[in-house]
Amino acid sequence: MAERSFKKEVQHLRLGAGHTFTGEGILAITKALLENGVGYVGGYQGAPISHLMDVLADAEELLGELDVRFEANASEAAAAAMLAASVHYPIRGAVTFKGSVGVNVASDALANLSSSGVTGGALIIVGEDYGEGSSIMQERSHAFAMKSQFWLMDPRPNLPSIVASVQQGFELSEASNTPVMLMVRIRSCHVTGSFECRDNTRPSLPVKDAVANPRRDFNRVVLPPMSYQHEQDKINNRWPAAEKHIMDKGLNEIFGPATSEIGIVCQGGMYNGVIRALQRLGLADIYGQTEVPIYCLNVTYPLVQDEFSRFAEGKKGLLVIEEGQPEFIEQGLSTMLYRSQSPVQLHGKDIFPMAGEYTGQVMLDGITSFLKTHAPGLLPGQTRAPNQEAPEIPDLSQTVPIRPPGFCTGCPERPIFAAMKLVEQELGAHQVSGDIGCHIFACLPPFEIGGSTMGYGLGPASNGAFDGGGGKRAISFLGDGGFWHNGLSSSIGNMVYNKSDSVAVIVDNYYSAATGGQDVLSSRADNPTKSTNNPISKALKGIGVDWVRQIDHTYDVGRMRDVLREALTTDYNGPKVIVASSECMLNRRRREKPIRNTAIRDGARVEVPRFGIDEDICTGDHACIRLSGCPSLSLKTLDDPLRDDPIASIDQSCVGCGNCGEVADAAILCPSFYRADVVHNDTGLSAWWARTSRRIIAGLQARRRATRLEFVEVPQ
Amino acid sequence: MNTPILPAARPLDEKLGTIIKLAILAVGGQGGGVLTNWIEALARSQGYTAQATSVAGVAQRTGATIYYIEMAPISDPSPVFSLAPSAGDVDVMIAAEMMEAGRAIMRGFVTPDRTTLVASTHRALAVAEKIVPGDGIASSDEVRAAAEIAADHLIMFDMDRLAVQNGSVISSALFGALAGSRALPFPREAFEDAIRASGKGVEASLRAFSAAYERAQNPEEIQQETDTTPATLSQPQGPAAQMTEWHALSARCDSLPSPVQEMAHRGLRKVIGFQDLAYGAAYLYRLDQFVAKDTPQQGYVLSTEAAKHIANAMAYDDVIRVADLKTRGTRVTRIEQEMKAQDKTLHLTEFFHPRAEEIAGLLPARLGARIENSARWMGRLERWFDKGRRLRSLKLSHFLMLYLLGGLRRYRLRTLRHAQEQAHLTRWIDTCHDALAVDYDYACELIRCRRLIKGYSDTHARAHSKFDRVVEGAGLVRTRPDAAQWVARLREAALQDEKGTALDGALKTIRSFT
Repeated sequence: MAERSFKKEVQHLRLGAGHTFTGEGILAITKALLENGVGYVGGYQGAPISHLMDVLADAEELLGELDVRFEANASEAAAAAMLAASVHYPIRGAVTFKGSVGVNVASDALANLSSSGVTGGALIIVGEDYGEGSSIMQERSHAFAMKSQFWLMDPRPNLPSIVASVQQGFELSEASNTPVMLMVRIRSCHVTGSFECRDNTRPSLPVKDAVANPRRDFNRVVLPPMSYQHEQDKINNRWPAAEKHIMDKGLNEIFGPATSEIGIVCQGGMYNGVIRALQRLGLADIYGQTEVPIYCLNVTYPLVQDEFSRFAEGKKGLLVIEEGQPEFIEQGLSTMLYRSQSPVQLHGKDIFPMAGEYTGQVMLDGITSFLKTHAPGLLPGQTRAPNQEAPEIPDLSQTVPIRPPGFCTGCPERPIFAAMKLVEQELGAHQVSGDIGCHIFACLPPFEIGGSTMGYGLGPASNGAFDGGGGKRAISFLGDGGFWHNGLSSSIGNMVYNKSDSVAVIVDNYYSAATGGQDVLSSRADNPTKSTNNPISKALKGIGVDWVRQIDHTYDVGRMRDVLREALTTDYNGPKVIVASSECMLNRRRREKPIRNTAIRDGARVEVPRFGIDEDICTGDHACIRLSGCPSLSLKTLDDPLRDDPIASIDQSCVGCGNCGEVADAAILCPSFYRADVVHNDTGLSAWWARTSRRIIAGLQARRRATRLEFVEVPQ
Repeated sequence: MNTPILPAARPLDEKLGTIIKLAILAVGGQGGGVLTNWIEALARSQGYTAQATSVAGVAQRTGATIYYIEMAPISDPSPVFSLAPSAGDVDVMIAAEMMEAGRAIMRGFVTPDRTTLVASTHRALAVAEKIVPGDGIASSDEVRAAAEIAADHLIMFDMDRLAVQNGSVISSALFGALAGSRALPFPREAFEDAIRASGKGVEASLRAFSAAYERAQNPEEIQQETDTTPATLSQPQGPAAQMTEWHALSARCDSLPSPVQEMAHRGLRKVIGFQDLAYGAAYLYRLDQFVAKDTPQQGYVLSTEAAKHIANAMAYDDVIRVADLKTRGTRVTRIEQEMKAQDKTLHLTEFFHPRAEEIAGLLPARLGARIENSARWMGRLERWFDKGRRLRSLKLSHFLMLYLLGGLRRYRLRTLRHAQEQAHLTRWIDTCHDALAVDYDYACELIRCRRLIKGYSDTHARAHSKFDRVVEGAGLVRTRPDAAQWVARLREAALQDEKGTALDGALKTIRSFT
């Protein structure tokens, strides 16, 4: 079960012609796929397209009605490979994953697919995770389109444009026998808006009919001599066909006056930012009517020579606005101008920053700077010579703390790393490598465990060099998502085959949690359409790992610590794998909370745990926080002049996971923690005994009070 | 020559002013998404086109997250909206936490020419603030001061508390404050309709909304919240004989120089609460030694600090004190209130992990010392006692055990731990008296170093080692005119990190010039 349910929204996917759809970009893309007769869809989750996968999963019923096959692929590579169905069969297919990392994983299949070429439209919807909020290395998926020669679309970020680009992408793919990558940026994926619907269309050739009548064409196989022909075919036939189609269908757009000495060339995805900057400079109105001509590249690869030359004609200065680096588009356009001996001055990354997101300020500064050079008369007075002094706003950079993401309240991974920190206090620091997933947050304070991440499922593999010799063993962490994605073969298989003497910890939280709680093979939930409940430890045994320790309750910090210590110090020479399993608290709460609330309402006996701290006993040394970092374990400044430092305090968001008590015990911290179990609807003998005990206790307390001075707060 | 084909500069499109740009900065999990949906639905219901964007992904996992909305009256064609806020171009900035308000100001999203800042003053502390052994909490006052300059219109109060008081979550209070700020051209009813239409927890949300709305419209109340009420002194209750003795001791506090009185009163309560009245008298005796050497010209800083730190040192954290505090009736009442469990059964689990040291510390001083010096005996104690013990403090048998332990007050004065604490206290006080002969400020700083000693077991041992190193470093600078500053610097360094890296650095500096 994914973190966010789209069951309600999915109903909008049934809307037909004459209706207006209002919602998120991700849903609009799904709707567009259905309107365009897609035959099969798939992909692998990851921000910002996780929700697209969630929408598809929640829409399985509708997809089934329309004869559309849906696969929740095991990885991006598997998703891209699935597009093979469009090589021989005239079926439209679409897969989705995040860029650039997903494209990295998929690149083998994408390269083969591009060499073979396609018969049915093949669309790769890539959520480009670049700029603010990104969780990955900052690179461009653009390079993959260039190296494998498939086409790249980057539509303007509004719903009608995004929806249109899905149809355009399929058509372009079919017209040029080439897969098309449709790139949507983080914010475009989540942008809201409206578009006019069309009726959903069934695929002209459903996959079940295709598989009943198999086809093959030897010329499509990537083997010599055909592979040589494929390369020639790309250059001589598919590319010109694509250029012609792009021009014929007007996929790229030109805005603004027909003649001008200056012009802007931008990626479609940059269009709104460009218009906003022009609006602020008085060069565009609210509707985007611009005084500066804009050549908007909704197809960013290939570049269309004829179209660009026509736009550049008669202009003195052109500005290319292309986010990310290297500046592939600018280089391509420069070559075109140079070869045609054009006098046009082309600007781009000489004015704009080479690296980083093109924010509103960057856009405004860049365009202003370009205009100052080529059209100073265009700029409003103040920009040319600012005279109004802005008031001085105090610098808060030393005040405001950074707030990177971290483990959620009650996260089952927290105790794993608390235990690891305790083991390191005993045995010293170790070589630790991380992986992709929530567990990578352990790199940050307070744990500071792990110093590298080489890719999904590659944690243990990235310790390959550190095997044998030395006084300590290398240790690596990977999640259940990473394990099934790639880790089983590339990391664990690698360890077994090489008789590795290192340690791998598989953090099994029952879901692909970091991407939004999608199920994986080892999820404990019953999923009606997927096979779950395949234990990781069984896979480990199957692949030849003999030393496996399964921990079913990660909150047991003492046991977690002991098993880690054992793995790091045992005489056993060979791969040691610990499977640390406890359910992702975010998902568990979502699953259990409504059930619990109903039970309490219905009068059932329910114990609800929460932790607390005795103010008088806590000395404010914060040692517990350095082994936790839990959002619900915070600090509180007392109004007692005798106390200098704020003390630890647990707020009501505590879910009673138990980490605090376990850590206090395992690390021998302090006795100030307590767990309070409130029993709802307690009746019968247990309630009577609790009441009786309390009466006796109250009696003893009163007795002691009578013998000594006690100080009590008197409310004023 | 051809005339250049360039359009002329012209004023900004007036309609641009009709676009409202609203950004929300929240901490992941605060319901920023819900708030965004409400605002969007509100705008659409009022004849506006609205566009919202957010950056989801891992940033949602407790990290800082931003949402952005643009809206303008419906038109054909539709306006072109931006997908991200720009510095200097935000009309309404909503910050769901104090430091996020600071971050919004830092990023230039709050400017005096246009921005209404709606911010909650509560704190969700960042990990970086919490892990500092001392006080690492960022200054909200600095953010408030900056907000007052940066914002055109400022609505700032604790919206989290207000939401909780009304049984809701902060998003509804933020929405209410937004409505109350009148930054959006929509009537209050339209806001409430948006909440109703969302259909989840409507009643509670509307209550919090309404409270925040009123609050945003009455800025003078904001002033009241910042005035912290001075902490009151607790009052004694007990047998009459002891009360008489208490009044005598209390009168001694009253006869102290007035700047020292309050701290002395608090200190006296603390040590009597820890032990008994005689112990309180001993405390006042120790304090008197400092008062005698103090002067009004110095503002009695030395004595005030002594009143504070001697009390803390005398009321050390031993097993008896913990057991005593855990078994008091007032504690159960307090927890019941906190957990909203007044009419329900409550179980409490305490997490104890005594080490051999604690057990030896409980023995009579001489026996305890012999055992502590014997590796064999310590090994035995470790085997017998050193493990985690979870005690159900409201279960009769476990309560009795803690109750008996907590009743060992009188015996406490004969324990090894008490002897150790007394020795340490005497040594420290002597050092401070000696220091007084050199420099008043230097002595004050040495007294303040007692703050370093805190925590239990390993943390306590590490604290002691830090204290010792600071005192040793203080000895090195003793004769310098800026000795006091150096001691203060050493102490602050010791409070900066767990391992004492900053302290080692400061000590190295000192050694380089002494």
